[in-house]
Amino acid sequence: MKKPILEENAVLSVQSCQKLYGINRGCQDINFDLYPGEVLGIVGESGSGKSTLLNCLSGNNQPDHGAIIYRDSVGMAQDIYEMNEARRRLLMRSEFGIVKQNPKDGLRMRVSAGANIGERLMAVGDRHYGDIRTKAGDWLTQVEMPKDRLDDMPFEFSGGMQQRLQIARVLVTRPRLVLMDEPTGGLDVSVQAKLLDLIRSLVSELNLSVIMVTHDLAVARLLCDRLLVMQQSRVIEQGLTDQVLDDPQHPYTQLLVSSVLTP
Amino acid sequence: MPNQSEYNFAYLDEQSKRTIRRGLLKAVAIPGHQVPFAGREMPMPYGWGTGGVQVTASILGADDCLKVIDQGSDDTTNAVSIRRFFDKTALVETTTDTEAATVIQTRHRIPEQPLTNNQILVFQVPIPEPLRFIEPSESETMKMHALEEYGVMHVKLYEDIAHHGHIATTYAYPVHVNGRYVMDPSPIPKFDNPKMHMSDALLLFGAGREKRLYAIPPYTDVKSLDFDDHPFEIQQWDQSCALCGCEHSFLDEVIVNDEGERMFVCSDSHFCQQRVNAKLNMSEAVEV
Ligand SMILES: Nc1ncnc2c1ncn2[C@@H]1O[C@H](COP(=O)(O)OP(=O)(O)OP(=O)(O)O)[C@@H](O)[C@H]1O
Ligand SMILES: [Mg+2]
Ligand SMILES: [Zn+2]
Repeated sequence: MKKPILEENAVLSVQSCQKLYGINRGCQDINFDLYPGEVLGIVGESGSGKSTLLNCLSGNNQPDHGAIIYRDSVGMAQDIYEMNEARRRLLMRSEFGIVKQNPKDGLRMRVSAGANIGERLMAVGDRHYGDIRTKAGDWLTQVEMPKDRLDDMPFEFSGGMQQRLQIARVLVTRPRLVLMDEPTGGLDVSVQAKLLDLIRSLVSELNLSVIMVTHDLAVARLLCDRLLVMQQSRVIEQGLTDQVLDDPQHPYTQLLVSSVLTP
Repeated sequence: MPNQSEYNFAYLDEQSKRTIRRGLLKAVAIPGHQVPFAGREMPMPYGWGTGGVQVTASILGADDCLKVIDQGSDDTTNAVSIRRFFDKTALVETTTDTEAATVIQTRHRIPEQPLTNNQILVFQVPIPEPLRFIEPSESETMKMHALEEYGVMHVKLYEDIAHHGHIATTYAYPVHVNGRYVMDPSPIPKFDNPKMHMSDALLLFGAGREKRLYAIPPYTDVKSLDFDDHPFEIQQWDQSCALCGCEHSFLDEVIVNDEGERMFVCSDSHFCQQRVNAKLNMSEAVEV
């Protein structure tokens, strides 16, 4: 096994990552590093491979080639697909947090909000009901939901609240790296704006490292420090958000930014 | 001629019984772990304990003595028909006496009288997978067992407490076996869970529909799941048994007459009967 090489301060390094389902379908030649506290956006049109890449990073879609190296909380750097499955799954529910576009995929719809938030705590060994409940209530407040909804079922919540609940469920174990696939997709514009505000304040408060897929450039501008622009499975441009959006170099990005292409 | 019946001994052919015994050996070697087996068709519908019947058929020897209980009683239709089945196909001795039995097939209860290390208790199990309620996928539950990902079991208990103020699960209460596998003890009341801990008798479980075997070997650590601040507790009654006066057995509420009058009696009918008989003998002895 090669010793993983990871830039000294990086929390994640993606090296020549490739997962293809057909010619230029999926993702390939993906290279980037992510630093603590950084929010990286992945933008691009539908079918460009954003979700495929995110799934590779979230440990449930093994790339055909390349390495995804993560530095864990004790400073050890390891390819997430080189570690055994038990350790990978443990990392995914402790140090990683994955927020799905559709809250139904990220929540247990038939157990209460409190149990949804408490699950990861119980999964890492918390066995004190009172403590778990207190923490769950605190997190509900953190995502700006009333504490008295703790025993309500997710299906009783609006879409925006379900998404908040999903975020609380993920953040309760204080993950270091959060992966989000279109977290505000499918929501009303006003609900979206509030959720984005919340995500932004949580990110800075908790010093989270985030990789967020979006095809909304306004969302990217608001939240992301850096952007990767994908087209037909490849990253065709990357850089600081302002740079990419105000002075795009690649013709495709120029089209994207000038809104000639509406993704 | 004794031991001559129109069936192969205990109905199943020798090859099938051997296969099941092999599965049982594996189950004993890995306490609480579900072992798949090639279940056979039995001349009774699923839900009538085909899993338990196949296990019993596989382990019965000619000089075994069999007891069958259903809801704690030897006299229900199900118990009687399974006992008759083996009476006819294996020509083994059958009994209602817990102490005399070498093999006891059960649904819903573990006898009140402590079992010994020359007895085997066979459970007929409807749903062997304790994780099924939250995870429908078989490959995923297998992975969760393999990786000891049991956090979701506590999600269920959490929900109980959040909605009822206490752990409301009373039957099929999940246990952690030998510090490793989480297991569904079949629909026995949680009252019986402590009897599995360090049991002298071998406990075998057979699920017919889902074709799974599992086991708790004698003297195995069996812990009922709970929270530090909501410890596991067994059911308790204010009454004692109306027939034998027992204060520490599992009680059933029964309607005794057309006026709807109720009373609480031991669910273990043989245990209760024995205590009633002992009392009668005592009072006769006093009279003499
Ligand atoms: N499991 C799969 N099997 C076959 N093809 C797949 C699979 N997953 C993705 N693809 C294909 O890979 C390409 C990239 O899909 P992906 O879902 O990553 O795009 P995306 O950028 O997330 O799009 P969207 O914005 O619509 O979510 C598409 O052509 C898709 O059809
Ligand atoms: Mg997508
Ligand atoms: Zn009694």
